[in-house]
Amino acid sequence: MTAPTGAHNASHETHDYDVVVIGAGGSGLRAAIAAHESGARTAIVTKSLLGKAHTVMAEGGIAASMGNVWPEDNWQVHFRDTMRGGKMLNNWRMAQLHAQEAPERVWELEEWGALFDRTKDGKISQRDFGGHRYARLAHVGDRTGLEMIRTLQQRAVELGIDVYMECTVTQLLKDGDRIAGTFGYWRETGSFIQLNAPAVIIATGGIGKSFKVTSNSWEYTGDGHALALQAGASLINMEFVQFHPTGMVWPLSVRGLLITESVRGEGGVLRNSDGKRFMFDYITDYFKAETADTEEEADRWYDDHINNRRPPELLPRDEVARAINSEIKAGRGSPHGGVFLDIATRRSAADIHKRLPSMYHQFKELADVDITKDPMEVAPTCHYVMGGVEVDPETQAATVAGLYAVGEASGGMHGSNRLGGNSLSDLIVFGKRAGESAAEYAAKLDRRPAAPAADVANAIAVALKPFDDNGDENAYTVQQELQDVMFSLVGIIRTGAEMEQALAEIEKYKARVKRVTVQGGRAYNPGWHVALDIHNMLTVSEACAKAALERKESRGGHTRDDYPKTDPEWGKINLIVTEENGAISITHKPLPQMPADLAQLFEEAK
Amino acid sequence: MGHTQKMRVWRGDAAGGGFVDYDVPVEEGEVVLDAIHRLQATQANDLAVRWNCKAGKCGSCSAEINGKPRLMCMSRLSSYDPDETITVTPMRTFPVIRDLVTDVTFNYEKAREVPSFAPPSDNQGGKFRMNQLDVERSQEFRKCIECFLCQNTCHVVRDHEENKPNFAGPRFLIRYAELDMHPLDTVDRKNTAQEDAGLGYCNITKCCSEVCPENIHITDNGIIPLKERVVDVKYDPVVFIAKKIGLRKDSGRTPVGPAGGGPSPIKHPEKFADS
Amino acid sequence: MATQSAVTPGQRSTERAAISEKTLRTDRWWLLPLITFIGFSAFIVYSTWAAFANHPSQYYSDPYLSPFYSPCFVKGCPSDINWGSLDIHWRWLSPAIYILIFPLGFRATCYYYRKAYYRSFWLSPPACAVAEPHKSYTGETRFPLLVQNLHRYFWYFAVLLGGILTYDAVLAFMYKDAAGGRHFFLGVGTLLYVINAVLILGYTFGCHSCRHITAGRINNFSKHPVRYKWWSFVSWLNKHHIRWAWLSLVWIALVDLYVRLVATGHIHDYHHVFGAVSTAVGH
Repeated sequence: MTAPTGAHNASHETHDYDVVVIGAGGSGLRAAIAAHESGARTAIVTKSLLGKAHTVMAEGGIAASMGNVWPEDNWQVHFRDTMRGGKMLNNWRMAQLHAQEAPERVWELEEWGALFDRTKDGKISQRDFGGHRYARLAHVGDRTGLEMIRTLQQRAVELGIDVYMECTVTQLLKDGDRIAGTFGYWRETGSFIQLNAPAVIIATGGIGKSFKVTSNSWEYTGDGHALALQAGASLINMEFVQFHPTGMVWPLSVRGLLITESVRGEGGVLRNSDGKRFMFDYITDYFKAETADTEEEADRWYDDHINNRRPPELLPRDEVARAINSEIKAGRGSPHGGVFLDIATRRSAADIHKRLPSMYHQFKELADVDITKDPMEVAPTCHYVMGGVEVDPETQAATVAGLYAVGEASGGMHGSNRLGGNSLSDLIVFGKRAGESAAEYAAKLDRRPAAPAADVANAIAVALKPFDDNGDENAYTVQQELQDVMFSLVGIIRTGAEMEQALAEIEKYKARVKRVTVQGGRAYNPGWHVALDIHNMLTVSEACAKAALERKESRGGHTRDDYPKTDPEWGKINLIVTEENGAISITHKPLPQMPADLAQLFEEAK
Repeated sequence: MGHTQKMRVWRGDAAGGGFVDYDVPVEEGEVVLDAIHRLQATQANDLAVRWNCKAGKCGSCSAEINGKPRLMCMSRLSSYDPDETITVTPMRTFPVIRDLVTDVTFNYEKAREVPSFAPPSDNQGGKFRMNQLDVERSQEFRKCIECFLCQNTCHVVRDHEENKPNFAGPRFLIRYAELDMHPLDTVDRKNTAQEDAGLGYCNITKCCSEVCPENIHITDNGIIPLKERVVDVKYDPVVFIAKKIGLRKDSGRTPVGPAGGGPSPIKHPEKFADS
Repeated sequence: MATQSAVTPGQRSTERAAISEKTLRTDRWWLLPLITFIGFSAFIVYSTWAAFANHPSQYYSDPYLSPFYSPCFVKGCPSDINWGSLDIHWRWLSPAIYILIFPLGFRATCYYYRKAYYRSFWLSPPACAVAEPHKSYTGETRFPLLVQNLHRYFWYFAVLLGGILTYDAVLAFMYKDAAGGRHFFLGVGTLLYVINAVLILGYTFGCHSCRHITAGRINNFSKHPVRYKWWSFVSWLNKHHIRWAWLSLVWIALVDLYVRLVATGHIHDYHHVFGAVSTAVGH
């Protein structure tokens, strides 16, 4: 495929495409592959190198009801688990499409070279995970995300899709009310680059870097969320942030680093400082019917899912995270402020090496703990944002013509809480849909939109501003303070007063970042990159805090001390975030009505 | 129990550079990347360093610490003497962009040349049946996080820039091995592995295996078996005769040449006078 | 900067980080190649000497035949271990040469030894991330190093030789008295021979080519359970191929030395000769 090149501006390079995908994680790559295969001239733009995206951190697996281990499994059960996990706030149509199409997408990965672990009869093996009724997660040891990204990366390279690595998008370009392309800079040189394209897919992942204790990398600055918002699109469910129950707590340098849920799926249990399996004390009414209430039953479940109920350690992530938080607050925590996750006394050393190799490695190398002998210390860590760009469930189209969003950057699919394993499947199911619909949109246009030169000039001015000012602020410092505030005031447990305080702080940061000055030049200067990213972090933080303040109940990844109950009235409403002239506002939107045949599934199960 | 760590970091770009000394306060349990980050946040805001996951899973923060190719995020400070000066340089085999960041395009270009997996046509909609035993060898190589430390350490290209066009490097030689061992693949890459990927350049001195943060047995399980497989098709007269007279079954795989012709889809900044 | 002698990484690339040191390693990276160099050199010197100290009275003492000279196939071999009586006209060409050429070829093309001597003798590279001194490098792409690909043929011979050395270990239990009667025999040397056979076999069957031949070359282990078991065993040996390589190398030299010292009367072989197993028949 020859690289399409457009006319060159005097100050920066421009290229023409039909579809530009921002982000090269699982969803971005899958979308790009789909767009390319639909005949669109496609480019991928990524802040990092190809193959380094956050998807590699996904360990557990890809949820897909293939029924390889439990033939009883099917899309209806998966759909039901997903909706219940999200406390019924999910977009039902997305959850349905996801459950229906996930198996096909997994098999497709295999055709592209993925090598999943196998069952005895040679099918793709599936493992247990929190909130999933049956063993459902296709996996490769505990490095499934790596397998997915490598497979998609190799596929994209094979197809010859253009890739712009280490290239950051700072603005979406528009022609009137339509998307016209992207503007950004090469990290390597600091030079600017404009990609003209009628369709842009946002696949930028989440916002976790705004929180102090997080499993997310530097990239997770909410770029896509902020870009979409600024381009006039709306965000949905921004108050719901998933705190993964098991992050590392010690040593400090790795605080927040993820410990895969597979540890619990493989038999690991949570204990407090008294050695008690405390999760039995935290089984809410909502899950009582399907959760074991004795250790004996819970232990029998691993071998016999039919006649026993699942262990409470495998409740959805929001439930487990809250329970761990309560134990620590009640003074029954571990020495470094977590609780104990014990696999050593539950499984043989050989099994642990085989099933959880990278966990063993991670603890051995980073904490000097041998998990085949000693328990791990764990505490909740910011992991995933359920909220994202509001999209059409069939096409992933945002509310701005030509803009699409997919993966963690999109919202709706997971409701108020995402089940483990549903993320990887989300990426590939909706990646394909987004890529195809963006290509179709681009092909049907009668005229290519073109961004006004003034907008581009403005984008350049905004990007270079940190160099002009003789300010007194250090971007790293503001970033650190914001992370502290978001984690402590808009974290796992929230109150109205604290969130108002957080919003007040955010206002101050907004003023301070105007005074940020950057040392050095434009070539590969992380100081400059942070100075630009911090704006996005502030935008998404504000969106999150404002939505969280608005929702006066507790549900999924949103727990309020001042409104501890789940309110059925709030269960009918999604919160929508929009921005106008820099001001962020929240509106209520009624949940789409689930058709009767699907609603039926929830009646039967009771 | 923190202390002040003496660090010597290479700073510069393709035009030149040198070592700069720093004193960095560090805490117990920290890794070299933490020290670099603190340095960046407090003393050298523009210090260029590449990193992502900080958990040894993405392979971004490759560098050389006291001369040894390592991931900075997996190098604990406690494994060095507190009084010792820790020297950090960029990987020395690739062109430097700035400070600790190198241009690793070489690897992405080599990746393009590997003919990709070719599934059988009767694939039952992708619902393959494969025994766990038969996929395990290839799975070991798929653990690769593409940190490119093996590529950096391999003397074939580290000490001989001129070999770069002819040698794919250990990371991609195990990619050839991975595909050649795949139970369902339908093409044969042995000839291209030898002739185009430069398998013969490898003199199995095993530095790739020594530096691999994933502990992949690159040489013993990957490159050497691949060399033996190449001998089967290229250098073993007995196998040749056995195939001719039908004593050894043909693999049924179709030999293919290198992939990835045409202009590269890996894009780079265009040069402008003002940037 | 223009010091011609010090070849540093990237000297031919202007784009790399300008670092002039050949290596920045602070550990004793030179120690291992040095030990290897000394070890191999010592063996080469000793085995060369042993190959030319080639009178049967130096390498044979009933029931011990030096492994360097086994199988004994030239004129002048002690009759009871005689595999043949090839007449060698070139007196200076020791019979050991004919034998040693095979294990030498096997070890020279062995994947472990290649690593070891490329590093310690050829300095290509001396250690990881330490610059090598050579201006150019083509590896094993051209003759003569292309011959390394014939490792498996040397392995075939090595299996044969391994069999012979195992047979020698059995013979080391057999003592023939002056009348030709056979006795069960147990000496210190016997033990050395048994260990020698084990080490040689462990090294030979842990060979990477052997691993390939057993099942390494097939892609469906599950359909060949016996070959897979065999492969697993070879893989297990192969994991410690270095250890087998060194131990068998040192040991075979020790056995040769032991036989010489016994044969030339410098030391006494502590042993016990049991009652006759058979008496001489029509000799």
